Order: sequence, then structure tokens, then C-alpha cells
Amino acid sequence: MLLIPCPWCGPRDETEFRYGGQAHVAYPGDPAALSDEEWARYLFFRDNPRGPFAERWSHAAGCRRWFNAVRDTASGEIHAVYRPGEPRPVTP
Amino acid sequence: MSTEQPGAVPPEHPDRLWDSPEPRGSYDVVIVGGGGHALATAYYLARDHGITDVAVLEKGWLAGGNMARNTTIIRSNYLLEESAGIYEHSLKLWEGLEEDLGYPILFSQRGVLNLAHSLQDVRDGVRRVNANRLNGVDAEWLGPEEVKEVCPIVEVSPDARHPVLGATYQPRAGIARHDHVAWGFARAAAALGVHLIEHCEVTGVEVAGGRARAVRTTRGRISADRVALCAAGHSSVVARTAGLALPLQSHALQALVSDLLEPVHPTVVMSNAVHVYVSQAHKGELVMGAGVDACNSYRQRGAFHVIERQMAAALELFPVFARAHVLRTWAGVVDVSPDASPVVGLTPVDGLYVNCGWGTGGFKATPGAGWCYAHTIAHGEPHPLNAPFSLERFTTGALVDEHGAAAVAH
Ligand SMILES: Cc1cc2nc3c(=O)[nH]c(=O)nc-3n(C[C@H](O)[C@H](O)[C@H](O)COP(=O)(O)OP(=O)(O)OC[C@H]3O[C@@H](n4cnc5c(N)ncnc54)[C@H](O)[C@@H]3O)c2cc1C
Ligand SMILES: [Zn+2]
Repeated sequence: MLLIPCPWCGPRDETEFRYGGQAHVAYPGDPAALSDEEWARYLFFRDNPRGPFAERWSHAAGCRRWFNAVRDTASGEIHAVYRPGEPRPVTP
Repeated sequence: MSTEQPGAVPPEHPDRLWDSPEPRGSYDVVIVGGGGHALATAYYLARDHGITDVAVLEKGWLAGGNMARNTTIIRSNYLLEESAGIYEHSLKLWEGLEEDLGYPILFSQRGVLNLAHSLQDVRDGVRRVNANRLNGVDAEWLGPEEVKEVCPIVEVSPDARHPVLGATYQPRAGIARHDHVAWGFARAAAALGVHLIEHCEVTGVEVAGGRARAVRTTRGRISADRVALCAAGHSSVVARTAGLALPLQSHALQALVSDLLEPVHPTVVMSNAVHVYVSQAHKGELVMGAGVDACNSYRQRGAFHVIERQMAAALELFPVFARAHVLRTWAGVVDVSPDASPVVGLTPVDGLYVNCGWGTGGFKATPGAGWCYAHTIAHGEPHPLNAPFSLERFTTGALVDEHGAAAVAH
């Protein structure tokens, strides 16, 4: 089980959180202009790296706020957490 | 086919099943990954298509990935026609596999129950039974009392925390010994000339002029006319080295076994809604699986709270398990696709083929997937059975949405 440091509440058990997948996936700026390929990319393709991954979590059983984390999918280590709107921090 | 019951004694392991040749500098076909799908593919390439200049490259030990970690449930009662096609083809191959391979795989057709706990589950289940029958797949709808007849240890009281309102039942479904299946395919493929190379990690696929030419490995560069991915949980990582993105997410999926018990559990019981599936291994352990861990992961270990939840569900359904002990837990890394169906076929890179996205349910497909994939590689085009499972479906929108029948929530 992960110990996830909510940027507002501090470290809490993974069971308090909901997972939201890859972070920084913006809704298309001009949806009507997208080709089928571009729609497929937006809907179905997400990064799936073995290593650092910027992702979203919601502190569902706590403050109920969404935030971002950089977590290593190979080790489980959480390198950083940051609030929505903040840029992805540089992590080692 | 063996009809052995829980408690039966498994066969002795033979001393030696295949050779370990040094990798050559080039092959007609290089298969990346050495799990069940890779071994089945190699076997059918050699046996049915006469392509024997084949190397199977495995980064660890042969079939030590998900092939060694799954809960071995085999069934073909998916909802959609496309799925019925490929999974039922696979089940038919299972039914003759022991003779085919000349090797005991302990395939036991003890049936599978998929329990319904809500009115919606009931409607979905009845619909699936009807769809199965229309597709020539054996299926029955059972009420709670009939569930009890098939599996007396299931709690079917209406007052239970998860009342059993009925179940789909596929009598031809069952389990097989996963390691024996891998060894059987490995032995048969090796006998036909296929090179099985362990401790050989593929670190990159070389593409030139839009064509796959070679793989880079921890044991040197190996050129190949055709490169076929069979890397299960790691498909995204390998495909990316060829500039190919796949619509997959990797997750840890856990299972566990209890200590040895007397034969108590005659069938396989799955409950999607409460997230546990149970059978009793030939030796006597209860084998139990759960859902995937929520977050992406390449760690072959999962979170403890998932096991806790799974055990709570198991005890509600099977009060008799209260005194069993958990002996071992482990996890595999599975790659899950957006429509809970696999991706098998060609890629935009010539000579590069994918077989991935089987997620939590690809063991049952081992012979069928290998058979279809071998055809695809040999002919440079998919067999009609795997044509619907193309990468293009995510652009055309012709998804094969099997979330309801996939039996594990992702
Ligand atoms: C806990 C658990 C329970 C499951 N239960 C069931 C079930 O009951 N029924 C069912 O049908 N399915 C089940 N599955 C799913 C099933 O195990 C998989 O879908 C199936 O095994 C995938 O195909 P495979 O056998 O080829 O994969 P694997 O055996 O995982 O083969 C992939 C191989 O590729 C190797 N590899 C990866 N990257 C590289 C590289 N770069 N170079 C070389 N080699 C590489 C890996 O080491 C691995 O051996 C379960 C899975 C898990 C984890
Ligand atoms: Zn919080």
C-alpha cells in the first residue's frame, strides 16, 4: 500500500485516495478540428512508462481535492506531489 | 483430457524438456517474451506454417511472468461475437491440447460459475447466456439453489452480505496447470527447431525504412525478418523503442493460495461484483484472485488492501474458508486495454506484430492466441478470428467492449 502525501492533508494511506490516471492531459482546444486519429489519441492513448509518471490522485476520503504526483511505476516511490495548475516539478 | 479432481497427485517433472542454445545473429522470426502466448505462437508457427527459424527471447526464465502467476481459469463465455470466436476457438484447442502436445497439462473441465448479486448482474448474466448460446458456446443460467448444487460451499442465503441471485454456468470451462502448459508448448516447439533463449532481454527494436529489422538484446543484436511482441505487461515499453504507442496501461494483479485442504470446492466460482474468484488446485490449495491495483505499476507485487478486500469478499461467499490460512501471495503485471479486449495483429511498422492487452484474462487464450498470431505472422495478415482485435479499432471506433464479461474490474 502506498503512503501518499496529500498536498493539503499530509501523508495518508492509499485506501483514502482515488486514482485518476495520467496528469496534464488537456481537453482538445478545438474539438471539431480533430481527425479520427487525433480523437483516438486523446481518448484511448495514455503514457505507460516504466519509471517516473505524472499522474492524478483525488483524496476521496479526506479533503476530496485533486492533485498531481510524480511516482515511479517501477519502484512505487513518490518523487513529488503538487497542486492543480502548478507545473510538474523537476525530480531526480 | 484429464478429469482429475482436487487432491489428485500431479505428474512427476521430467528431467529435461528443451535445450538452451546460444542465440544466433539472425532469425526469420524473433518473438519478444517467453510466456505461454510466445511459446504457443512458436509452436504453431513451426507446426502449421513450417516456419522453424524462430527464436523466443525471454528476459527472465521461461514462462516466469504472468504465465506462472495466473489463477488458470479457462472459459469462453464472453458476450460479443468477436470474443466468442477467439475464446471458443481457444477452448476447443484446450480440449485436444494434451494429445497435441503429448504432455500432461491437467486440463480439468470442472465448470465455471459467474455469480450475480444484483438485479443488474442478473440481467447481464441472462443476456450473456443467451448470447453465448447463439454463438455456439455452452452456457446455462442457474438459480441460487442450482448454484448450491454445483458448488455446495457457496453461501446462497438471501440474508448474506452479497446475496447470490443466480449465476451463469459454463460446464466446459475449467482450469489447467499453467506451468505444464508452458512446458508442453516449449518442449514441442523446441523439438521442431525453435530456439528458446532465456535471460535475454530485448532492449530495443530497430526500425529502418518503416520496417522492423532487428532487436537489440542483453545478449547482442539479433536481426529478424519479423519481430513479434508477446511481452504481456511490458508491451508498451518494448513497442515504444520502435516508435509505436499502444493503448495500454500496466497494472499489478494479485493472487494467492491457501494451505492444502481436503477436496471441498468442485468447480470455479467468480464474482465480479465483489471481486474474488476461487478454485481448488489439483493438490488442494484454494487459488484466489482479485481485481487489479488501481494505479499503473510495473512492480510484481500489489497492495495489501486489495488482498484484504478480496479476503473479506471470499469469506462472505464461502464462510467455510474462515479457518483457511493464506500461504503465499504474489502479483503479475498485466496490460489492460480501453475496451478490455486484446490487441492482436499488424502495426504501422512493417514486419512488427503485436499480441498484447490480454489484461487479466489471457491465460485461457494461450492456445487460441498463439494459433491466430502464428497465422498473422506467417501470412502478414490477420486470421478472421483475430482481425477484429486490430490496433486500428481505436481509430475506427469498432471497439470490442468486453468490460462486462471480462470478470475482473479494471
Ligand atoms: C494474478 C493473475 C491472475 C490471472 N488469472 C487469469 C485467469 O485465471 N485466467 C486467464 O485467462 N488469465 C489470467 N491472467 C492473465 C494471464 O496470465 C495473461 O493474460 C497471460 O499470461 C498473458 O500472456 P503470456 O502468457 O504470454 O504473458 P507472460 O507470461 O507475462 O509473458 C510475457 C513475457 O515477456 C517477458 N518480457 C517482458 N519484457 C521483455 C523484454 N523486453 N525482453 C524479453 N522478454 C520480456 C516477461 O518476462 C514474460 O515472461 C492472470 C494474470 C495474473 C497476473
Ligand atoms: Zn487531502
